[in-house]
Amino acid sequence: MNLSCCCSTHSPALAVALPLLGAMLVMLIPAERRPQLRGIVFFLAAALGAFAAISAAGWALALGSCDYVFGAGPAFGLPEGALGRGAAGAVPIRIVFHIDAAGALMLLIAAVTSTAAALYALRSEEGTTALPAFQPLYLLLVAGVYGMVATGDAFNFFVFLEITSLAGAALAACRIDRGLAAEAGLKYAAISSLGGLSYLAGVGLLLARHDLLNIAALSQAIQGGGPSATDYAALGLMALPLAMKAGTVPMHQWTPDTYSRAPHPVSAFLLISSQASLFGLFRVAFTLFGAPVVSTTSLGAFLAVLAALSMFVGVTMAIPQHDVKRLISHHAVSQTGYMLLGASVALAVLGDAEKTAAFGRDALAGSLFHMMNYAIYNGLLFLAAGAVVWRTGKRNLDDMGGLGRAMPVTMLCFGIGALAIAGIPPMSGFASKWVLYESVFRYSPLLAIVAMVVSLLTLASFVKVFQAMFLGPARKHLAEVKEVPLAMAFPMLLLALATIAIGLFPDVVMQRLLLPAADALLK
Amino acid sequence: MNAILTHLPFVIAVTVAIAGLAVVLWRRNLIHVLMGMSLVESAVNLFLVALGYRHDAVAPIYTGLRDGGEGVRMVLPTVQALTLTAIVIGLATTAMMLSLVIVIHRHYGTTDVRDVRRLRE
Repeated sequence: MNLSCCCSTHSPALAVALPLLGAMLVMLIPAERRPQLRGIVFFLAAALGAFAAISAAGWALALGSCDYVFGAGPAFGLPEGALGRGAAGAVPIRIVFHIDAAGALMLLIAAVTSTAAALYALRSEEGTTALPAFQPLYLLLVAGVYGMVATGDAFNFFVFLEITSLAGAALAACRIDRGLAAEAGLKYAAISSLGGLSYLAGVGLLLARHDLLNIAALSQAIQGGGPSATDYAALGLMALPLAMKAGTVPMHQWTPDTYSRAPHPVSAFLLISSQASLFGLFRVAFTLFGAPVVSTTSLGAFLAVLAALSMFVGVTMAIPQHDVKRLISHHAVSQTGYMLLGASVALAVLGDAEKTAAFGRDALAGSLFHMMNYAIYNGLLFLAAGAVVWRTGKRNLDDMGGLGRAMPVTMLCFGIGALAIAGIPPMSGFASKWVLYESVFRYSPLLAIVAMVVSLLTLASFVKVFQAMFLGPARKHLAEVKEVPLAMAFPMLLLALATIAIGLFPDVVMQRLLLPAADALLK
Repeated sequence: MNAILTHLPFVIAVTVAIAGLAVVLWRRNLIHVLMGMSLVESAVNLFLVALGYRHDAVAPIYTGLRDGGEGVRMVLPTVQALTLTAIVIGLATTAMMLSLVIVIHRHYGTTDVRDVRRLRE
C-alpha cells in the first residue's frame, strides 16, 4: 500500500472540513423561519463528519497508520521528510494529519458520541433561546475534537485545542441561565486559555531547540539526541495544562460547573473534548517525549498520584450532591482518574521494557478501554439525566421520584449507564476496570485498592440516584410527565446497546482496537 | 553587552508573563483579570517572535529584495506565522470572555470575583 492510496480518499481532511462547513451553513439559515431545514443541515453535517472520521479511522486501522498532507496532492509527491522519516537535512514544514491506531480509536469514539448527541439535540434543544448559537458552536466543537486527535503537528494541535476551548466555553454559556451558565463558561474559557498559552510556550521552546513542529520529526529529534533542559521544561509546559483540561485533581474545579450548566447533549460531548485533551497528554508523554525523556522524570508516579486523588475526590464530592447533573459531573472527575491511572502506570515503567511488556502495555490499553467505555456510558448518563430534567424541569433529586412508570425507556438507559459506571458485569465499565485493576495491581497494590474502593462508592452513589429519580411513590407535581420522544430515546438506546455489546465482547475490542492503539502510543 | 541584548526579549517576556499571572491571581475585578490574561498572551507572543529574530537580518518578504536576495539573511518566518495565528485566537478568546463578563454583570450586578461564585452553592 502506498501513501497516495490513503490520501486519495481525503477522509481525514473531510472529517474536520464537513462540520466546519456545516457550522457556517447553519448560521446562514434563519433560525425562526426555517428551524427544520436548520436542524437537517445541522444533523447532516455532524453525521457526515462522523462518517468521514470513521472511514479515516478504518483506513488507519487497516494500513497501520494514515497520513494526510495538506497543500500537496499525490501528483506533487511529498516533500522529503514531511512525515519525519525522510532524508536528513530536509525541512518538514507542511501541516500533516497523522492518524495511527490510537488516533483512530479516538476518532471512532468522537464520531459515535457526536452523532448520538446531535440526534438527541434535534429535539431537546428545539425552540430554546440558545438554539441559534448552539448548532454552529456544536459543529465547531466536533471539528475541533476531530482535529485534535488527528493532527500530526504540534502547533496545529494548539489551534484545534483553542477551537474546542472557545466552542466549549461558548456552548457551556449559551443558555445564560440567570448568569449561572455564563459564569461556568467564563471559568472554562479562562482556564482553557491559560492552559493553551502554556502549551504554546512549550511548543515555542521545542521549536527553538529543534527547529521543528511536526510531531513525528520532533519525537525523532528529541529521543535521538538525548534529553536537554529545554525538553524537560517543554514537557512540563505542555503536559500540565492538558492534564488540567482533562479535568484531573487539583485542577478539576471547572469540571462540575461547566458540565452541569451546559445543555444536556453538550455535556455528553464535552466529555469527549476533555478526553481529546487527555489523549493530547498521552501523545505528548508517549509519542513526543517518549522513554528517553519521561523515564528520567517522575512524571508517571506524579500523574498516578493525581489519578488516585481524582478518583477519590471526585466520588466523595459526588455523593452529597443533589443536583443530578452536578453529581454526574463529579463522577466524571472520578472516572477521569481511572483513565489517567492506567496511562500513568505505563508512563512510570516506560523505560523498562520488561515491565512494560508484563503490565505497562495492558495498563495503557486498559486506560484507552476505559476512555472508550466512559465516553459511551457517561454520555448516556448525561443524556438520560438530561431527558428527565427536560421532561420534569427539575434538576434537584429531592424534587423527583417515581418516574420509572412514566419514563421506562429513560429508566432502562440510565440504569444501564449506572451499572456500567459502577463496574458491574456484564457492562462495559466492568471489563475496562478489570483490566486496570489487574495491571495497576502489579505496579502498586495500593492504587488498585483505591480504584476498587472508589468503584464501590460509585455504585452506592448511583443506587441512591436511581432510587431517588425512578423508584418510590409517584409525586403529584410530576403526574403529567411523559416518556421522551423517539428522537431522544433512540440515541440513548444506541449508546446503551453499545455499553452492553462492549461488555459482552471485550476480547474482540481489546485485540482489534485497544492493543494496537496502546502499541501505537508505546512505539 | 551583546549577550544582554540577545537575552533581553526573553527576560521581558518572562517578566510580562509573571506580571500577567499575578494580575490574574490577585485582582478582584473580572475586567482586570482578563487584562492580566491578555498580558500573558502578549508575553507568549513576544517569546515566539523573539525566537526567530536575527540581529543582521531583514523581514522575510521575498518580493522586496534586490539582486534576487543573494547573501541576504532573513528572520525566521515560521514563528511570525505562528504568532499571527495566536494573536487571532487570543482576540477571539478575549472578545468572548469580555462578552461573558457583560452577561454576568447584567445578571449579578457585579464583576467582583468574590461575588461571582453562585455555582458553588
